[in-house]
Amino acid sequence: MLDTATTLVMAAVLAGTPLLLGALGEILTERSGNLNLGVEGMMFMGAITGLIGSWGYEQAMAAAGIEAIGAVSALISLLVSFIAGGFGALIYSFLTITLRANQNVTGLVLTIFGTGFANFFGEYVGLAAGGYVAVSSVTKEAFLPLHIPVLSDIPVLGQLLFQYNWIVYFAIGVAVVMSLFLFKTRFGLNLRSVGEDPAAADAAGINVSRYRYMATVIGGGICGIGGMYMSMVTTSGVWVHGCVTGYGWLAVALVIFATWSPLRGILVAGIFGGLMIVRMYISIPGLPVQIYEMLPYMATILVLISTSVRQSKEHAMPASTGLNYFREDRE
Amino acid sequence: MSQKQRKGREPLIRMVKRDDLSTRRAWCYRGIAFVLALITGGLLILALGHNPFSVYRDMVVGAWGSATVIRETIKLTVPLLITSLALALAFKMQFWNIGGEGQIMVGAMAAGLFGFFAAEIFSTPVLIGLMLVAGMIAGGIYGLIPAFFKAKWNTNETLFTLMLNYVALAFLKFLMNGPWKAPGSSFPKMPMLVPGGRLEQVLGVHWGWILALVLVVVAWFYFNKTKQGYEVTVVGKSQDTARYAGINVKRVIMRTMFISGALCGLVGMLQFAGADYTITEGITGGVGFTAIMVAWLAKMNPYGMVVVSVFIAMLERGSNTIQTIYKIPASASDLLIGIILFFMLGCEFFIRYRIVVRGRGPRSREEAGHA
Repeated sequence: MLDTATTLVMAAVLAGTPLLLGALGEILTERSGNLNLGVEGMMFMGAITGLIGSWGYEQAMAAAGIEAIGAVSALISLLVSFIAGGFGALIYSFLTITLRANQNVTGLVLTIFGTGFANFFGEYVGLAAGGYVAVSSVTKEAFLPLHIPVLSDIPVLGQLLFQYNWIVYFAIGVAVVMSLFLFKTRFGLNLRSVGEDPAAADAAGINVSRYRYMATVIGGGICGIGGMYMSMVTTSGVWVHGCVTGYGWLAVALVIFATWSPLRGILVAGIFGGLMIVRMYISIPGLPVQIYEMLPYMATILVLISTSVRQSKEHAMPASTGLNYFREDRE
Repeated sequence: MSQKQRKGREPLIRMVKRDDLSTRRAWCYRGIAFVLALITGGLLILALGHNPFSVYRDMVVGAWGSATVIRETIKLTVPLLITSLALALAFKMQFWNIGGEGQIMVGAMAAGLFGFFAAEIFSTPVLIGLMLVAGMIAGGIYGLIPAFFKAKWNTNETLFTLMLNYVALAFLKFLMNGPWKAPGSSFPKMPMLVPGGRLEQVLGVHWGWILALVLVVVAWFYFNKTKQGYEVTVVGKSQDTARYAGINVKRVIMRTMFISGALCGLVGMLQFAGADYTITEGITGGVGFTAIMVAWLAKMNPYGMVVVSVFIAMLERGSNTIQTIYKIPASASDLLIGIILFFMLGCEFFIRYRIVVRGRGPRSREEAGHA
């Protein structure tokens, strides 16, 4: 029993981590007033570039006759996926902030673009590599669960807390840092004010565009890392056509459920991850597995409804998210 | 007063709203953006080691080169066009219906209820009529749910309709794996619709295409010439104005979303009874999302949507051809659609605004007025 519970929690954490990263990126983005519906696209972009980055590094090292180092490979994957996600977000930012295009439409185009981008290059590079893109065991090992001396060996607790791959800890770290940034620093306060009331922020001398650009691009980069998790950990370093499909939207749902708070995001990611994998471990008679898939979305809808009914400002989307700000149009 | 304000230097680049740009100039700008998008895509094709001109040419030929492929292209256009009309109706009201996917699936499932289980009871015309009505009502109700919450508590409809897509998808998968699974099939899939429930073909494509064209004219008329269409526009411009004018805003929101959802439900029914003859996870073909761009690019003009949806269907169809000829993955169509849409979205800015560089060009109107 305890064993099943332990396995369940560990699997939930592993399944929830890419969602957490996607959601964290989107929280930062939405806090600045941009509703970027391109999360799925940016995750896709991060997924394929992260994989190709590592693969390319291995190929280059092999060509040069040097032994590839797992940690370097993982680091390259991290950086490249961050840049790719950030690049997607930069296109979005340029169109919505500078060129004032509609946010919903631009975000959806980014999703189409990113999905096409990843599947296209996944297949294309796969063909060039002779079948499919896959990293070697050197890189794969860098994404295996860590073994921390002493800590990992504690019975049960060690398994539950100290035996994940490094991205899990990285994601939690990002959540904590983001929470501190948003709620404990002046820049975070400025960012939140830009998302709530850009006109007031502008009047107070805050550069609205700069904050929105920075938050959206960094947020996009974090989404990209979430995508990299999918291709490097979930599918173990092999490119699977459409491997991110659905995860980006689930991350958007997670943002709502976490009520735009990075720390609550950690908890909700665990819950969503649990809902995704629980059907493999426990079957409740009379509850078909597909109904489990519905639960995260149903729960999110309930949160949406309840915050709007209670008119809770604290747990609602930042007031100006989804709206572009033009100083000249101010009335 | 203006003297005092302009003590600091004028910004290097500033944007001034244009009042009037002739329609011809505006289309000229869009044309330039489109060509730039094709060049960007062409550079990509070039980087992959192919000749962009021949790839583009084969894409067009692949979509229009023979009677067979033309039929396929039209078949792709029908759902996209009707869904765009449906979503445009909601967008005109500033209601972001991102839930087309879900509404289509629900419509298909409601049609499937009759198509799979009542096919023996009714004659073909009655059966198709029932499927049509069931699909539309189910889609309409699915659209009504977020509208109700929007009208009553101002619940965010973008996120609500988005989530409903995945609820519908999970339900569809549930039916496919359990209650509606084809008897004797080891693979989770639904049975095929009996021939008696399938739509007649006109010129080689199910009659949905005629219906789509009729709906285009009807939609144009509804948007521009009816009281209800006018109410939708007013609510979209300003809810306060609408209320002041005595329009029942909540009613308009719910009515409009019912119609929008019903049209999406109709698409589900048409795809089921006219194209796929069964229901799969891929029944929507992503049109619930693609139609959003179509409606937006066509500026909510039904006739414009015909052009844009035919074009997007052409890209999708053509990319299959270039996959076989050049071994360029078919996902290239998504990539190309993305690039074209990015450019088109960006170019609207240059239609709405004029860029003034410091020290050059005429000053904006208000400044001229102060001086």
